[in-house]
Amino acid sequence: MNNVILEVSELSTKYVTRFQEDVYAVDHVSLKVEEGKSLGIAGESGCGKSTLALSLMGYYFAPLHYTSGEIIIDGRKITGMDPDDIRKSILGTEIAYIPQGAMNSLNPTQKVIHFIEDVFQAHDPYKTKKEIYEFAVDAFKTLGLPAEVLQKYPVELSGGMKQRTVIAVSVLLFPKVLIADEPSSALDVTSQKMVIKMLKNLMEEGFIKSMIFITHELPLLYNVTDDIMVMYAGQIVEKANAKEAVFDPLHPYAKGLMGSIIVPESGLRNTKLTAIPGVPPNLKNPPSGCRFAERCKYVIPTCKAISVSMRELEGGRAYRCIFTEKDLREAYLKEASIMEAYQNAK
Amino acid sequence: MLNEKDKCLSASGLTKVFGVGSQKCVAVDHVDFDLCTNDVVSIVGESGSGKTTFAKLLLGLINPTEGEIYFQGKKRDIRTQKKKREYWKNIQAIFQDPYCSYNIFNKIDSVLLDCIYMRGGRMLPKAKKVELMTEACSFVNLKFEELTNKYPFELSGGQMQRLMIARIFLLKPKILLADEPTSMIDACSRATILDMLMQLRTEIGMTVIFITHDIGLAYYVSDVVYIMERGKFVESGSADDVILQPRQTYTQRLISDVPKIHEAWDLSTV
Repeated sequence: MNNVILEVSELSTKYVTRFQEDVYAVDHVSLKVEEGKSLGIAGESGCGKSTLALSLMGYYFAPLHYTSGEIIIDGRKITGMDPDDIRKSILGTEIAYIPQGAMNSLNPTQKVIHFIEDVFQAHDPYKTKKEIYEFAVDAFKTLGLPAEVLQKYPVELSGGMKQRTVIAVSVLLFPKVLIADEPSSALDVTSQKMVIKMLKNLMEEGFIKSMIFITHELPLLYNVTDDIMVMYAGQIVEKANAKEAVFDPLHPYAKGLMGSIIVPESGLRNTKLTAIPGVPPNLKNPPSGCRFAERCKYVIPTCKAISVSMRELEGGRAYRCIFTEKDLREAYLKEASIMEAYQNAK
Repeated sequence: MLNEKDKCLSASGLTKVFGVGSQKCVAVDHVDFDLCTNDVVSIVGESGSGKTTFAKLLLGLINPTEGEIYFQGKKRDIRTQKKKREYWKNIQAIFQDPYCSYNIFNKIDSVLLDCIYMRGGRMLPKAKKVELMTEACSFVNLKFEELTNKYPFELSGGQMQRLMIARIFLLKPKILLADEPTSMIDACSRATILDMLMQLRTEIGMTVIFITHDIGLAYYVSDVVYIMERGKFVESGSADDVILQPRQTYTQRLISDVPKIHEAWDLSTV
């Protein structure tokens, strides 16, 4: 077994709105990322994926507040640390975060090299500009980016190039964990592929040790990550390796998500996409019992009454449902046979 | 194949050039395009290939530098505002970014009321108008009672995009131009939106032009696919032919760049 880089146990965070209402966006999340592995987080919009990413850094600012739980990065507990210490010694060096749409927030009046100088000014102020430049050229070369980019303004770069520059800048301090939040959602397929190739290379080149990848594009997640976690309403509802999560999901929500995959492969036109009706619950007052009960096809009265905990299966798989694995599989098989009969009748 | 069905919209030698001299940029380059009634046509290309410019030309939002557009067999004439309005009764659009598609100062009811007015319903009694709006909202699984007196920014992206479909339901245009209707919303609501669009299409007998960079989506919804590269159509044909057996190298590359789940995704080719 590899050594664990990031270990999170029962982490909960909340947003406090200006009306002093609590919104529980991340609710008792536990996860583990080993060295050399990548973890994908999937889910609808508004399920708490990005909030989880923010919470993982251990640096909280209003309206996000920490409630309970523990984050351990490479044997070092970071929850409860002084925020200034976290900024100096954790962010960027232990854990790096690429927010959604980072490429559109580059300062248009500064050259790319300036962003890199900024990073070193905060973390290694004794480096001279020349040293920084030489280091940056080396790093960019290893990452497959042309060194001319350093002397350009962000507006001179294409979308894919901007995103790759952002990634390169974020890994310059060799963080142990990289959190990439929708790094390719605004790019077309070719630039997306370049970005993904670069992200995958980061680990081989030794820039990072593990990666957390957040997206709602399931085919992409399947191709990039080793494990997939499905989030719903702030909770983790399914945890499995990529193959099992996509082809053999257990939780009804994960099943619904996988039914909405669109890929250009033969056979797609004959399948009907399944959409999950309804919207995720408001987390201000989350429903007691199973949070997915309102939208679930297989709901029984007990679902809404008792709170559901994760069921651990062998092989590191887990899901959050009151039904056993056998019951769920039977229900899915039955449904599939009904669908088939319906299509044959047509 | 094209001769059997009637063409409702076609373009010949359509060109749009932006800028002059060294800044010259040919966004759409002598494009010929035929749209048959009741087809779903997809236009696929990378960003910057001229898809949206082409859409704007078809909609009449910008004037072509060269070439003609024929609508229902006749040369399109939109030289005056009145004629433009008349044209837009027949062709409507759903745009990429639902957040920018609404006038932020207008309430939701006025968005839908405008559609009723456009169909000549200005003199209808109020109860009838409300009934029409409720019907349109229930078609897209929204509740009209909850939407009245709300502003567009109070809705989520998926809801806004569904409201766009409700607009189309009221307007009943002959042609719908959907410019990346699902690129800003997540994969799960995407299936809902697509289902609604397709249902709407069968209900009111629309012709749909899909403009997208998502090849999986194009393959799923469309009958005919056009592949666009640098302002030109490089390949066209039925969806099965183009997506599953692409002939041009550009198309082959484009399709190999999409992450798939049953086939391996080769990262070494970029």
